[in-house]
Amino acid sequence: MIQRRQLELWVGVFVAAGLLALAMLAFRVGNLAAGAVTNGYSVQAEFNDIGGLKVRAPVTLAGVRIGRVSSISIDPSNYEAVVTMELDGRYNNIPVDTSASILTAGLLGEQYIGLDPGGSSQYLKNGGRIQVTQSALVLEKIISQFLFNVASKPGAEKK
Amino acid sequence: MNSLRRLGQYVLDSVEGLGRASLFFLEVASGARKLIRRFDLVVQQVFAVGVLTLLIILVSGLFVGMVLGLQGYNTLSKFGAADSLGLLVALSLVRELGPVVTALLFAGRAGSALTAEIGLMKATEQLAGMEMMAVNPVERVIAPRLVAGIISMPLLAALFSAIGVLGGQLVGVGLLGVDSGAFWSQMQSGVSFHEDVLNGVIKSVVFGVVVTWIAVFQGYESVPTSEGVSRATNRTVVYSSLAVLALDFVMTALMFK
Amino acid sequence: MSTTQTDPGASGALVEIRNVHFSRGERTILNDLSMTIARGKVTAIMGGSGCGKTTLLNLIGGRLRPSSGQVLVDGISVPELGTRDLFELRKRMGMLFQNGALLTDLDVFENVAFPIREHKRLPEPILRHVVLMKLETVGLRGARELMPAELSGGMARRVALARTISLEPMLVMYDEPFTGLDPISKGVIAKLIRELNTGLGITSVLVSHDVADTCAISDYAYLMGQGHIIGQGTPQEIRQSEAEEVRQFMDGLPDGPVPYRYPAPDYLKDLLQEGPA
Repeated sequence: MIQRRQLELWVGVFVAAGLLALAMLAFRVGNLAAGAVTNGYSVQAEFNDIGGLKVRAPVTLAGVRIGRVSSISIDPSNYEAVVTMELDGRYNNIPVDTSASILTAGLLGEQYIGLDPGGSSQYLKNGGRIQVTQSALVLEKIISQFLFNVASKPGAEKK
Repeated sequence: MNSLRRLGQYVLDSVEGLGRASLFFLEVASGARKLIRRFDLVVQQVFAVGVLTLLIILVSGLFVGMVLGLQGYNTLSKFGAADSLGLLVALSLVRELGPVVTALLFAGRAGSALTAEIGLMKATEQLAGMEMMAVNPVERVIAPRLVAGIISMPLLAALFSAIGVLGGQLVGVGLLGVDSGAFWSQMQSGVSFHEDVLNGVIKSVVFGVVVTWIAVFQGYESVPTSEGVSRATNRTVVYSSLAVLALDFVMTALMFK
Repeated sequence: MSTTQTDPGASGALVEIRNVHFSRGERTILNDLSMTIARGKVTAIMGGSGCGKTTLLNLIGGRLRPSSGQVLVDGISVPELGTRDLFELRKRMGMLFQNGALLTDLDVFENVAFPIREHKRLPEPILRHVVLMKLETVGLRGARELMPAELSGGMARRVALARTISLEPMLVMYDEPFTGLDPISKGVIAKLIRELNTGLGITSVLVSHDVADTCAISDYAYLMGQGHIIGQGTPQEIRQSEAEEVRQFMDGLPDGPVPYRYPAPDYLKDLLQEGPA
């Protein structure tokens, strides 16, 4: 029954191709690979304002993606945003005095966390905390700040 | 008064049809349990339903992806955001176009063929013949087709989306000069597995159930004449397309808040 | 299993139909119909189109249930059976459909093997023997690799016959076995029906409107009209019957108890009347 074998072969090829496509969607298109940080560790950072940062946003160091945001919450004592990041275990030599800032990809792109390494010889550990942070730039605030500055400049109105 | 009565009759008929279709689904589902021992029947139908639909899905997916690449680039480049092209193409495909367009093509290619095949089996008394041979046609003919449809649809939708992304890349990166790294990295950071890919798969499974269900039901219920079968085939395509679009709206509203 | 056990041996009847009524919606199809089908005999049921012959076969096969009355097959009351028992009974009866009803996606061999594969677990070599034997019975052993679409009408019916007898039934029902066949194929089918009956002791029920071919091979015949029996007896007796209804059917008279005209208002009046305003 050659015909039957052929049919089964085709079905096998079809199912395998479909699963392959699904895997591609998961790992190449989606962020399942990035999400599954193996033996990673988590660190926290507090920000005044996280702007439009979302869970699963990338965390980069010198532009290289080394982790992702795993959760965002509010510290009830000081009303600051607590961002927990999951970092890849391979990058375990990040100094404790590293600073974290929320950056925007392009002018209107999505927001991510950029790490700026410090000079300390002690490294961040699981559950550690990044002390120096810079909040997101919120466009409205920048504009109003700019307008305020212009208005308060002496002589600005006389011209 | 007369038109009012007709409307009432129409509503009653529709509700009755829905009830019959639901009971039929239960019957098929209970028949499908016995397929574990007869998996060869399902494999045969996956060939008829899935493999034979593969080509049209791949070609359409490629073109839809390429069109998305072109259109997306034109719009995004106005805002200087052409780097997000990969994200736009991937999200459109994975969330919406992959499952929906696949389901519509599936209804046109495999669904209508299923209805015509089953209707013809009914018209030529093959189903009645099986009954008289003490073989339950719902278990032997209908159930394997339904299961095969449910298996095939998510695979086809995944293939559609995957080749669509490649088509978008072909146009975006290859033709329009979007940076390859930006294309893929924006895509990866923006497309979430749980929220986007998985929800797309869930959609396509639901569409698979609905389209195949409509197709086999219309075939099984068709008037056993050549005219009846052609009408049933027509109904399959119309009903399943409408069902897919309406369900897509409902599921999108539930999934992507 | 709720079966009404009667004594089938005493009467020698395999199928008994008692006072059966059957209606579909408003239309009465069978009206107080009774008949017995003798074990081991060829019984013909003849009648015009739409007189309820096929309905009768479906009642015996359990595909339809009568509105009232009894249908007994081998002492078992068919309408009262649940699905499982009904399927068990159907394994012991076969039905040859008008156009054969072969499964179009299987070749001749697989079509004949189909009921065996579904119901029995035979090793492949034995199954092959059985199928080839059945095909040899109908003279089509050489056609085993053809697809149903490649068969002529007569061949398709012979393959279907081989399939019908593959589970060795006690009863075979033939639904219009001669319709649309050339004289040679008709002769072949008639010969096969007779041979299977005598050779394998299969009780046969033959539904047809083909008077000559049917009378030639049947032991007993019923003549049906308007949902009830209008005549019965051996083919010889029926041929000589004087009853008006029987004569009209047997001689093929255009007018008689079955009117030539469809009921209509008076012709002249109809003509003089204005068209629909």
